[in-house]
Amino acid sequence: MNTQALFAQLLVGLINGSFYALLSLGLAVIFGMLNIINFAHGALYMMGAFCAWFLLNVVGLNYWFALVFVPLIVGCVGMVIERTMLKRLQGLDHLYGLLLTFGLALVIQGVFQNYFGSSGLPYAIPSQLTGGQNLGFMFLPNYRAWVVVFSLIICLATWYGIEKTKLGSYLRAATENPQLVRAFGINVPRMITLTYGFGVALAALAGVLSAPINQVRPLMGADLIIVVFAVVVIGGMGSIMGSIVTGFLLGLLEGLTKYFYPEASNTVVFVVMAIVLLVKPNGLFGRT
Amino acid sequence: MRPSATMPMCSKPISGSQMPEPKVMLDVRDLQSWYGESHILHGVDFNVREGEVVTLIGRNGAGKTTTLKSIIGMIDKRQGSVRFEDQEIIAMPSERIARLGIAFCPEERGIFASLNVMENLLLPPHVRPGGLSVEQIFTLFPNLKERRSSPGTKLSGGEQQMLAIGRILRTGARLLMLDEPTEGLAPVIIQQIGATIARLKQEGFTILLVEQNFRFASTVADRFYVMEHGRIIDTFATPDLPQNIHKLHDYLGV
Repeated sequence: MNTQALFAQLLVGLINGSFYALLSLGLAVIFGMLNIINFAHGALYMMGAFCAWFLLNVVGLNYWFALVFVPLIVGCVGMVIERTMLKRLQGLDHLYGLLLTFGLALVIQGVFQNYFGSSGLPYAIPSQLTGGQNLGFMFLPNYRAWVVVFSLIICLATWYGIEKTKLGSYLRAATENPQLVRAFGINVPRMITLTYGFGVALAALAGVLSAPINQVRPLMGADLIIVVFAVVVIGGMGSIMGSIVTGFLLGLLEGLTKYFYPEASNTVVFVVMAIVLLVKPNGLFGRT
Repeated sequence: MRPSATMPMCSKPISGSQMPEPKVMLDVRDLQSWYGESHILHGVDFNVREGEVVTLIGRNGAGKTTTLKSIIGMIDKRQGSVRFEDQEIIAMPSERIARLGIAFCPEERGIFASLNVMENLLLPPHVRPGGLSVEQIFTLFPNLKERRSSPGTKLSGGEQQMLAIGRILRTGARLLMLDEPTEGLAPVIIQQIGATIARLKQEGFTILLVEQNFRFASTVADRFYVMEHGRIIDTFATPDLPQNIHKLHDYLGV
């Protein structure tokens, strides 16, 4: 057994898992509050990566600024989308939100493809994180270690914020019974807008993290989001911790499959999804 | 259907008290509301004075709950006039109405399953100074203190009702609207809720109560309004209850 190769694949798995977790977490937060399955999530992730590229190449702001500003900028785009479009779908069937966000994703991707074609734009790893560590059993690139650790921190902070804080208790309550929370004097429509903005900001943050690893391409989100939806189905829609744990685990599972049976590495997530749907249709962490 | 013109109007003194009447806190006139296409309230008129306990009574489907929900703004389509402390609130969104000092305790209690007892209790924000402290609420409902970290919906029905009432006492709201607080509860718990309402009245809270159990209501209320088919069809003060008991049985179909 080639342990070097195994660990290398596990690391790739963890990296992918970080993106799955960040994206499915955003989807879970949005679904809980807005009852919308946000198909535009992949396109907004791509926008995050492009936004980082623009900040670097047009404005001259480096990666670390992008890490702060991109989620804010794309999050604001998200809030505009919620206020002008998604808000009108309140109380309608899931299908409408799904169609609208799917259409939005196509529009956004189409616009970027029109200007940038399908090829990727390079984004350099920030100088502080180039190079890597030789751990003896494997070589660990610094940037990849950073992505895994930083994603994990963001995911856990989000979980803590939602499950353990006062602000989070408003969010959980409004997820259960928005009318009553409003009748207590809490501005739920504003919370909904901010929640969508936050979910979108998570996607944009994942986009920034991904820019130096994968190239910045208009279809980078479209390719990823299919797997992320499988992750969401496996974890159970709406569960916060569930989406984090499932994201990382499925990334690792993909990595393992790449080592032991590479032919199945692109399908293993969907096989797991099919099994979970058969055995536990609400997902591993879903509430009944 | 009884023409509303023959209805005793609430502006005239109702009880025999010689005291100057306290100010009208809530004044509802010709309130109409709709659930989608169906017209539920057809012009509801009543008022509540400061410090009073007023009960809306009537059969299932008479529009009592809808009246409370229309006052707090939970029904989207509503018309007419609702004045709270001389301010028109009919067109305000729910969160603004609540901020003026009206609190609502729903019939289904509305305890949040994903919040523990303490989080449920602390959820409604302060809207005015002068609400009860958490300690005072725990003195009123000792059970809640013991179970402060249990998930909200793991409580018994009685405890959930106490939590639902307790959490709106913190906010400083002066008008409490309680929708059937005794429904489905054991007699001993009903007694405890009755004692709580009496205590709140003593402390100067104004209470608008919806009840089907008029025996319970008569122990706490100052006045009654009878609702039928989305209108107020009659009203009397609690001391006049004995001579109206047949009429009331008739209205309620008991």
